[in-house]
Amino acid sequence: MLKQIEGSHAMAEGIALCRPEVICAYPITPQTHIVEGVGELVRTGDLKNCEFINVESEFAALSVAIGASAAGARAYTATSSQGLLFMAEAVYNAAGLGLPIVMTLGNRAIGAPINIWNDHSDAMSMSDAGWLQLFAETNQEAVDLHIQAFRLAEELSMPAMVCVDGFILTHAVERIDIPSQADVDAFLPPYEPVQVLDPADPITIGAMVGPDAFTEVRFLQHYKQNLALRLLPELAAEFKQRFGRDSGGLLRTYRADDAELLVVAMGSINGTIKDTIDEMRADGVRIGLVTLVAFRPFPAAALREHLVRAQNVVVVEKCISVGMGGPLANHVDLALRNTAGAPQVHSVIAGLGGRPVTRASLHKLFRRALVQPWEGAHFLDLDEKLVAKELHRARKVRRSGPTAENILRQLAQRAALPAAE
Amino acid sequence: MFQVRFHGRGGQGVVTAAEVLSYAAFLEGKHAQAFPSFGSERTGAPVVSFCRIDDKEIRLREPILEPDALIVQDPTLIKAVDVFQGLRRDGYLLVNTTRSFADLHVADRVAAMPLGHARTVAASELAVKHIGRPLPNAALLGSFAALTGLVRIESVEAAIRHAFADKVGVGDANVAAARASYEALAATPAAA
Repeated sequence: MLKQIEGSHAMAEGIALCRPEVICAYPITPQTHIVEGVGELVRTGDLKNCEFINVESEFAALSVAIGASAAGARAYTATSSQGLLFMAEAVYNAAGLGLPIVMTLGNRAIGAPINIWNDHSDAMSMSDAGWLQLFAETNQEAVDLHIQAFRLAEELSMPAMVCVDGFILTHAVERIDIPSQADVDAFLPPYEPVQVLDPADPITIGAMVGPDAFTEVRFLQHYKQNLALRLLPELAAEFKQRFGRDSGGLLRTYRADDAELLVVAMGSINGTIKDTIDEMRADGVRIGLVTLVAFRPFPAAALREHLVRAQNVVVVEKCISVGMGGPLANHVDLALRNTAGAPQVHSVIAGLGGRPVTRASLHKLFRRALVQPWEGAHFLDLDEKLVAKELHRARKVRRSGPTAENILRQLAQRAALPAAE
Repeated sequence: MFQVRFHGRGGQGVVTAAEVLSYAAFLEGKHAQAFPSFGSERTGAPVVSFCRIDDKEIRLREPILEPDALIVQDPTLIKAVDVFQGLRRDGYLLVNTTRSFADLHVADRVAAMPLGHARTVAASELAVKHIGRPLPNAALLGSFAALTGLVRIESVEAAIRHAFADKVGVGDANVAAARASYEALAATPAAA
């Protein structure tokens, strides 16, 4: 059913259609509207046989989900940013124990400096924890990915994270097709756990594992993620058959077939990139896009297949691994490892802490990649004057003070000065 | 694609206004995207929200930089922020005020716009009359429908009823304000 609805509420409705039995979460911006939404559906009785548990922290939220999942319940939670960091130990535990919890991550920057806006730092901080990680391009896909995530997680018995750009998607009101309960039921059968804590048939989950077996346990986790590389496209195909939409899978391409320049990106930024590509195509530039849906498992082989046909690859990502550069660009390098005639990879850091990524900036960026490529990470729309002033100041004075506050002071000064400056 | 930027003050319902407009467009089978300016809003502080309307899927996720129309909920904002920023040459302007553009010191700016594209409406006064509180959203959306013809007044009314579905009487009162404002603007010549 078509609805004009806020992304968060659409996700809440989609999650409710998946019939979770235990939901526990702790509010944090920008994820809050999602769990408020499912909480409301539990209260009104629209979501039956579901216990909504209020907890005192994110660590408790995921710990309750772990307990519920181990007891055989379909469990769901959601968080963002520092909330994910606060539950970090439980994030690794859920994966290590092989519990198919689904979690929405309303993607938000990580402090300090404190910042409530969107980037992908939070998702990247937990990319090694053993969760499946899927990135939504639109709110429609965000709804659809949750339905696929429960199915995927339960088939493999491992947790899945649906990553949704905070504010940009969570707070946008737009047209979204909410599937019918009958279709979701047909796609997603009731949860049948592969392991369950049952007093009538007691087992242990979470034993200590020493050097004699730890490697094997980890290998099997990695092996299962590799199975997901095959399962994800199958699920997306089945989903399309039932729901009539392209959602999920490993990756999607846009005008990529004859592209000399390929852009690689994840999440909502792909929409703006597509509009930019259409404009540049109209000017005769052979440019295309690869949208990554799956970051874990990382679809290196599928990505390589597309990238090898281009001469230049621009990786645009909303994260910086400080001291290294762009983690997604690094992954793209991995996809091209030992590949003869591999394209040049150009790394771009964009949209950090909610800075808007505009078509105008992307135009300049993609043209520059063709005529004046760069080494290392390029920071899109970096205010070089501001940075230079602060560097200069810090060189002159030993007690130069906190960077963030100095930068803010400079901005305030600039705003108060006449435009001529 | 038609892009609208709303200027208001925290607490005036600038986000709701954009959402209601998007819903009106949705009812006409169009694609619409409403979104806030993503901040930690404080009551009374200048805030903006956005609404895009198109016949095809809207993929763009940048803020609206070159609006086709501006809706200004509070005329004092004109002094506080650059509300005209990026407004297209053929754009529209709707300001909630009982004063003239000359009194607001924007007569020159308005004169550069196409005739009839910049209008004032006493939305707060209409709201007090019909709703009992100075909440200008419904009245502004009603006159916006008259000014631009982008959405029909019937769609605006249905969207308002949808927004206030769970509040008895509030929907009707807001619809009355929207209709009165629509008719007031449609009835008066552009130079007024």
